[in-house]
Amino acid sequence: MQNNPAGLQLDLSGCLRHFLSIAGLSRDLLTEMMDTAESFGSVAEQAVKKVPLLRGKTVVNLFFENSTRTRTTFELAAKRLSADVLNVNIATSSTSKGESLLDTIRNLEAMHVDMFVVRHSSSGAAHFIASHVAPHISVINAGDGSHAHPTQAMLDMFTIRQYKGAIEGLIVVIVGDIRHSRVARSQIRALTTLGAKEVRVIAPRTLLPKDIQSLGAHVFETIDHALSGADVVIGLRLQKERMSGAFLPSEHEYFARFGLTEQRLKLASKDVIVMHPGPINREVEMESRVVDGSRAVILQQVSNGIAIRMATMAMTMSTVNQMRSQQQK
Amino acid sequence: MNKGNLVISGGRVIDPKNQVNAVLPVFIYNGKIAAVGQKPEGFVAEQELNAEGAIVCPGFVDLCTRFREPGDENKATIASEAKAAARSGITTACIPPDTVPLIDSPAMIELIQESGSKTGCVQLVPVGALTRDLAGHELTEMGALKAAGCSLVSNARQPISNLQVLKRALEYAASFHLVVMIQPNDPWLSSNGVMHEGAISTRLGLSGIPEIAETVAVAQIIALTQQIGVHVHFGQLSCQRSVQMISRAQFDGVPITADVSAHQLHLTEHAVDGYNAMGYVLPPLRTIHDRDALQVGVKKRIISAICSDHQPHEEAAKLDVLDSTEPGISSLETLLPLCLGLVSSGVLTMTEMIDRLTAGPAEIIGAKPGCLSIDQGADICVFNPDKEWIVCQENWISQGKNTPYWGKTMTGKVLYTIHNGDVVYSEQSQEL
Repeated sequence: MQNNPAGLQLDLSGCLRHFLSIAGLSRDLLTEMMDTAESFGSVAEQAVKKVPLLRGKTVVNLFFENSTRTRTTFELAAKRLSADVLNVNIATSSTSKGESLLDTIRNLEAMHVDMFVVRHSSSGAAHFIASHVAPHISVINAGDGSHAHPTQAMLDMFTIRQYKGAIEGLIVVIVGDIRHSRVARSQIRALTTLGAKEVRVIAPRTLLPKDIQSLGAHVFETIDHALSGADVVIGLRLQKERMSGAFLPSEHEYFARFGLTEQRLKLASKDVIVMHPGPINREVEMESRVVDGSRAVILQQVSNGIAIRMATMAMTMSTVNQMRSQQQK
Repeated sequence: MNKGNLVISGGRVIDPKNQVNAVLPVFIYNGKIAAVGQKPEGFVAEQELNAEGAIVCPGFVDLCTRFREPGDENKATIASEAKAAARSGITTACIPPDTVPLIDSPAMIELIQESGSKTGCVQLVPVGALTRDLAGHELTEMGALKAAGCSLVSNARQPISNLQVLKRALEYAASFHLVVMIQPNDPWLSSNGVMHEGAISTRLGLSGIPEIAETVAVAQIIALTQQIGVHVHFGQLSCQRSVQMISRAQFDGVPITADVSAHQLHLTEHAVDGYNAMGYVLPPLRTIHDRDALQVGVKKRIISAICSDHQPHEEAAKLDVLDSTEPGISSLETLLPLCLGLVSSGVLTMTEMIDRLTAGPAEIIGAKPGCLSIDQGADICVFNPDKEWIVCQENWISQGKNTPYWGKTMTGKVLYTIHNGDVVYSEQSQEL
């Protein structure tokens, strides 16, 4: 297996051939992705919501973990690019019958597919698949364990850019279960790469991973300090099992100490936007007033998810097509 | 494989226990060391091994190696791994009790010992189970194990969470003067971790095993040992602070010894980067500081033995997402080159290195080998410390090819291995 994830996702000329993590990708490439997404934005408003970029290609949504939102937006994105889409839900499929992950991949490969969109509960799953697939196949990471969720991070960057013009110079606060969050890790990477002024993380210590500072985040002790002057506030989902794992005493206490309320948001900058990757636990991570309020851009994130996923699919497929035509020459 | 009068000539004999370090011939008669240096009267060599330019030392004693038989023959067998051991200069190998069935009865003790004898090339030393089914609740019949020739007990990698049970297990083992081998690990703290908890595990999103998973266990066991007076041997250490605590305990006279695997003295958490399953081993590879402290521990003989912690796997065991793969490195054949790396980097002298592979581990298990004393069974390793070889299919004997060193160049090669006076490995015949 190739040891350098950045090397794995780029071709020799630096174009994106798999999208596995934000790590190792340049500011220019991330900007190109957002620009491409922007150009796809208008497709959704057309009467015929399709462009033919992936016509004749087969995209496999390979979901080893349940997800409604991510899977449906990937499916819509692929269909809007005119691809054929196959949804494989492995939670109820072959690996539960004892087939190895590699055998599952080999079998799907034999069906001449062109792209795997992978969601898996193990960190590194997308890397593992990318380092074992045939060279004409692209792999897009739709979330692996606690490692990365790069399309989510990029749709968040895209949304921030829409509202703020640029990522550069912004103060961004991420609140919640950073320890278990692949979204937070990818967001921190993307924000630092795109020149955010400061990325603040705030959570009880049980929900902070060791040495999170090494990723470029600043750890804050109280939510009031963290929110002070913030341009963007991102709430993360809190899983119920954190209570039984002794990470937290109760949802009630979490909301009281770390919940995003209208009152607390007054400390942030006047035009602060509030984001959440969903699904939201109202009155746990955020007050309903905030979720439904004018600062929340949560539904815009969902719409942007389709455009960003179209962009990543179009970019990786174009790289692979180029590699193919060069080989044929 | 000739038995008879054998002379090894022209090599530099390094026998740390007997403080020998000189170019001398070694005479072997009837499977035993007849003399080192002066030819015994009337000795006529039937076979002569030319060791010019090479080092002649006692056969290596490996405190932790899994041959996978019985139970996991798809990974390796005693036959396959005994050959790999002979090729690596290892003449004595301790087998942890977590075979299937477990080594928890006199019959299993005998089976392992006999399986070793049958190979003809390596003595297998079974380590008996400390608790029934290694479950950590009830004691095994340690008195019977001892009577069957077992001098070591262990719970392998299985935890004994109840300290009352651990205390009684140590007390009971002490009644029979058994050495208790413990791989210190708090199961709650290591949980389902797959690598050292730190910046890299955070970046990769992999569950980390904090340093305290080891150090808390070391502290508890030192406290128990201090009270009970049993000889506890810590196996396969990974942390700087463990070395510090053990050093202090030894200074205080607590009967504690320790070993470390050769790869822990070289690799760090970086070996797992990029989700490299070949770097997944338990205890995990840790930081550069930990590695350096372990090296110093070996130098100061706080850690008096280097083991292989050999864990061969079939290919599929490492071909999956990292947290679904099996931990462990196939490490018999890289043992000597990795140890020689510590000599070339100036950490150890050649004599110290050989001591940690021979006399050091032999002291712990109370075994006779580990030196070249007269009338001792002739277990000898002859190696060329400078000869290079590449880790690849043609140069590999172990059935397990799971090593992070695959494709790498190793320096240091065994030329001959002699077990009970028989030449059980010869590099030349290997090449033919």
